[in-house]
Amino acid sequence: MLGGAVASLLVQTGNAVRTFQRRPSGVPGAVDVAGELSDRAAVQRAVKGIDAVVHLAAKVSFTGDAADFHRVNVTGTAELLETARRAGVQGFVHVSSPSVAHVGRSLVGVAAEPADPEHARGSYARTKAQAELLALEADDGRMPVAVIRPHIVWGPGDTQLVERVLTRARSGRLPLLAGGTALVDTTYVDNAATAIAAALERLEHVHGVPLVVTNGEPRPIGELLARMCAAGGVPEPRKSVPGWLGRTAGSAVETLWRRSRADSEPPMTRFLAEQLSTAHWFDQRRTRALLDWKPGVSLDDGFARLAQHYGGA
Amino acid sequence: MVALPGVDPSWSAYLDVPSTAGVDPAGTINRWHYLDNLPSLTGDLRGTLLCVHGNPTWSYLWRSLLGEGARHGWRVVAVDQLEMGFSERTGRKRRLTDRIRDLEDFVSSLGLSGPFVTVGHDWGGVVSLGFADRNRADLAAVVLTNTAIHQNPDSPIPAPLRLALSGAVHRLGTSTTTAFLDTTLALARPRLAADIRAAYRAPYRTANRRRGIEQFVADIPVGPEHPSHAELIRIAEGIRSLDVPVLMLWGPGDPIFSDTYLDDLAERLPEADVHRFEGAGHLVAEDRNIAEPIFDWLQHRTANDDGRQDRLSAASFTPLWHQIRELGNGSTADSLAVADMGQDGVVARSLSWSELDTRVSSLAAALNRIGVAAGSRVSLMVPPGIDLTILIYACLRLGAVIVVADAGLGARGLSRAVRGTVPDFLIGIERALVAGRLFGWPGVRVSVGSLSDLRARFLGVSHRLEDLVAENSAFAGGDPHPDSDAAILFTSGSTGPAKGVVYSHRQLSAMRDTLAATLDLVPGSALVAGFAPFALLGPALGAASVTPDMDVTAPRTLTARALSDAAAAIDATTVFASPAALRNVLATASGITADGEQALRRIRVLLSAGAPIPVELLEQLQPLVPEASLHTPYGMTEALPVTDIQLEQIREAGAGTVTGAGNGVCVGRAVPGAEISISALDAAGLAAGEPSDSPGVTGEILVRAPHVKERYYRLWITERASSRTAGWHRTGDVGHLDANGRLWVEGRLAHVITSADGVLTPVGSEQAIEQLEEIRQAAVVGVGPAGTQAVVAVVVPASDADGAALAPDSLAERVRESVRPGGVQLAAVLKLSTLPTDIRHNAKIDRAAVAVWAGSVLEGRGKKKP
Repeated sequence: MLGGAVASLLVQTGNAVRTFQRRPSGVPGAVDVAGELSDRAAVQRAVKGIDAVVHLAAKVSFTGDAADFHRVNVTGTAELLETARRAGVQGFVHVSSPSVAHVGRSLVGVAAEPADPEHARGSYARTKAQAELLALEADDGRMPVAVIRPHIVWGPGDTQLVERVLTRARSGRLPLLAGGTALVDTTYVDNAATAIAAALERLEHVHGVPLVVTNGEPRPIGELLARMCAAGGVPEPRKSVPGWLGRTAGSAVETLWRRSRADSEPPMTRFLAEQLSTAHWFDQRRTRALLDWKPGVSLDDGFARLAQHYGGA
Repeated sequence: MVALPGVDPSWSAYLDVPSTAGVDPAGTINRWHYLDNLPSLTGDLRGTLLCVHGNPTWSYLWRSLLGEGARHGWRVVAVDQLEMGFSERTGRKRRLTDRIRDLEDFVSSLGLSGPFVTVGHDWGGVVSLGFADRNRADLAAVVLTNTAIHQNPDSPIPAPLRLALSGAVHRLGTSTTTAFLDTTLALARPRLAADIRAAYRAPYRTANRRRGIEQFVADIPVGPEHPSHAELIRIAEGIRSLDVPVLMLWGPGDPIFSDTYLDDLAERLPEADVHRFEGAGHLVAEDRNIAEPIFDWLQHRTANDDGRQDRLSAASFTPLWHQIRELGNGSTADSLAVADMGQDGVVARSLSWSELDTRVSSLAAALNRIGVAAGSRVSLMVPPGIDLTILIYACLRLGAVIVVADAGLGARGLSRAVRGTVPDFLIGIERALVAGRLFGWPGVRVSVGSLSDLRARFLGVSHRLEDLVAENSAFAGGDPHPDSDAAILFTSGSTGPAKGVVYSHRQLSAMRDTLAATLDLVPGSALVAGFAPFALLGPALGAASVTPDMDVTAPRTLTARALSDAAAAIDATTVFASPAALRNVLATASGITADGEQALRRIRVLLSAGAPIPVELLEQLQPLVPEASLHTPYGMTEALPVTDIQLEQIREAGAGTVTGAGNGVCVGRAVPGAEISISALDAAGLAAGEPSDSPGVTGEILVRAPHVKERYYRLWITERASSRTAGWHRTGDVGHLDANGRLWVEGRLAHVITSADGVLTPVGSEQAIEQLEEIRQAAVVGVGPAGTQAVVAVVVPASDADGAALAPDSLAERVRESVRPGGVQLAAVLKLSTLPTDIRHNAKIDRAAVAVWAGSVLEGRGKKKP
């Protein structure tokens, strides 16, 4: 979703955009190059003659095989950085995630802390942390590398968060951990896209430092989920579970699920439980100053657009 | 020396010092270890701090001073006394005289020259004072932390030391084991980090290395026969004539060097600046940041910029008891001055002006005979009424300092307040004397009210008020100086531990005159005294005063019947009461008799004081007192009152649209004699602006008036902060003025919220939220780091108040909507069944506690209550 939004935005602002992914991008005006990160020849074709790369490809999930995460998120990033450098690319925006520095504690009004591959929670966050460190290492005068960490990106058609929440809520599997009071920052997809475009514009100001990007409107997670559900026309979650119980139960369920080799996602994993029951919101002052950027779509506007898309309230 | 936390390795040095101490044979050279920040110093040198640790610490205690001193141009040299720290173990028994000589030897060997500031702790305080006393030519200032110079021969030395001194325990505790060391380190509040504890232990690893600790303890002069006793007495008396600035920084939670020792030192050094760090203990240098205030103080005192010079003084001064004297000796001598109401609705006891004048004078004489003198501190724990009135005016007449702390502080707060002021006399009713015994309050006991002999002995009562008032000789002494201390009143403690506020006679008289001018009270008025602090000024105002039948410690026990009976008894023109009392008056209005109703019709002025009163309550009260103007003042213990507003002016303000109207509670214009100024908030929420009276600018409220406090009691740092704008008192409240000169209060400075969008104050948003019908009360607080705080509303719904949780979506949306016109974006709306308030008034919301609670809930930790 975010990749498409960035590509569209860049096309609209008069750039020649090439997309590289497994399926057609569906972005009008962009030139698609089909391929996978693990296919070196395809990557070389994709970056040839390009000025700058925005790297959003990643394996994103709450569960899954650790080796898969590593292959896509770490090896894939390393090879893309290397290939881009060889091809003479002059700028690189690496899209990361605040979870690379989230070690399970609450994050209360913090700035972007260093990525911590050892302590980050779950395979996704650990591999993204490694990838971010590789990207920062690659930053130099020839190819400045910016690192943008959008936090919980959502919007119409979003399969990562919104539609998962709606599916779970529909089947009554979305509990509100600890009363849903944890204060959480999110990012409406268009804002994440404009922030990434701003990073591309202002590489000389923002390279080499990870920047967390959010709407700057933290809200209790219970309220966010309720509004998502309302916009999606689904009853909002009601039952509340204490945070510690959720976290314990989350890991137990996850283990059981793995053992039974079930195909779909488990209803609650520890990572998700932590995301739903601890605060994570950020100090946006530096991000906004360095990017010279402000979110254009407020939470209220974002939810209105969501409701328009899903036909909810 | 090994690398230790907080110490720059370049500060550590050794010096061989030829000794002239009597204990050392001629030609002895002792090796000293010391810390010296000389390597870190740049620029001009202002002087040298010579720091002397006590037992069983070492120079490590002063490390924070070395770094801070270097930044301020002060050289800081902290020695390890011989036998201690990393200095030499001479094996000889060093007495106090030796140790002072040792320090002089060290100073001359190092080639240090003045000006010196001596800094001492524990028994190092005594050594440093001995040095200061003998080296006055080079002495610039003296700094003392928890120490003692004198041991009262009548009272035993503190129990922990007695134990440490007793033979076997002594050796076992001090050198054989590390018990004394460990116990001392365990006194730190909060607990010391492991690496800091290890650093303190570093020089004392073996029993041999600890021998000095043992000997140091053995040098405590417990009695006149001790070899160091004579020297101690010499120093204790010698310092009385020290003429340099002195600063004492104290941790009152010290089992050894308690407030009693501080008080002894303060008596010897009456000009000293004192700061007690409430909650800190023996190792005050560890418990609190003492380095910053020390260098701030040095800058302040050595530069002679005395902030008090601009203080206004009243145009004309008459002592507080002036009217008692006048009316007691004029044509009004036989008319009623004070009365107490009985339960049956008639006057139970009363005095005429002449009787009041006589009683005050004869009680002053009697108190003087039992030792109460000018400057004595007298803690008064007597409920309002005739006894308290006579006591107050008798003490003031004598020049004694009355200490007024009330049960509204809560048992612990009250006890802290009493102990901290170290009263010489405790005059109280039985309940207060029982508490005094329970909590070990100091002071000679005087009982008020009947008490059996057995009970009186048990409570340690030395005198009874009834015996004292029975004596019949007039006080012959002169009036105290107008600028001498008259009273210590305590703040409510809603913003941290209660603070003692000192008033001089001139300031108390100014408070009286301001109140008279504000309320147009002239001699001959008649006053129902339902609110203690102002009511006690009744006789000073020349107003006949009646105390209604109520439990004054519980304002809500004032009934309409009791109020109207009291009014009828003296043909009252004026009523003073607190909002809680008035609320109950309204609730019990049906009990008023026909006479009472007539009496209330004669009331011209009703003053609601002590806490903010809702305008609705005033509206409801008006029909009860149809002829009265309803006043409500704004002020604080440090300045009573600052502004005054009447009901009709509140209505007018609500409708007003002048520049600056709105966003806060309108408290009216400055009272006669007072000036208000605003120090604007900066982006960090600090009141950094130059004082100004421009309308619409939000900042800290400053007040200047002849009735503003003299100072805080033994809180030099707090006093310095509150009076840092010369001539003005910084109230700690935030607000703004409007174009009509009215003040709008927006909350406490400490409750200012710094969001990423800017600085905002709580009250305006709270008022907007409380406009919603479904909300009873609201607190708006900031959560998260300063500068990027999330703004959170915590609301008490009118119904459905059970439990703490997220407010339901629809309610949250309405609350958000209500503050949006004020430009405030709420991150969250939480609900709660009640908000925490202060004990005394049960009215001031403790927003700091709300913020802590909201912060933990919004982190996902489900705490039930603040």
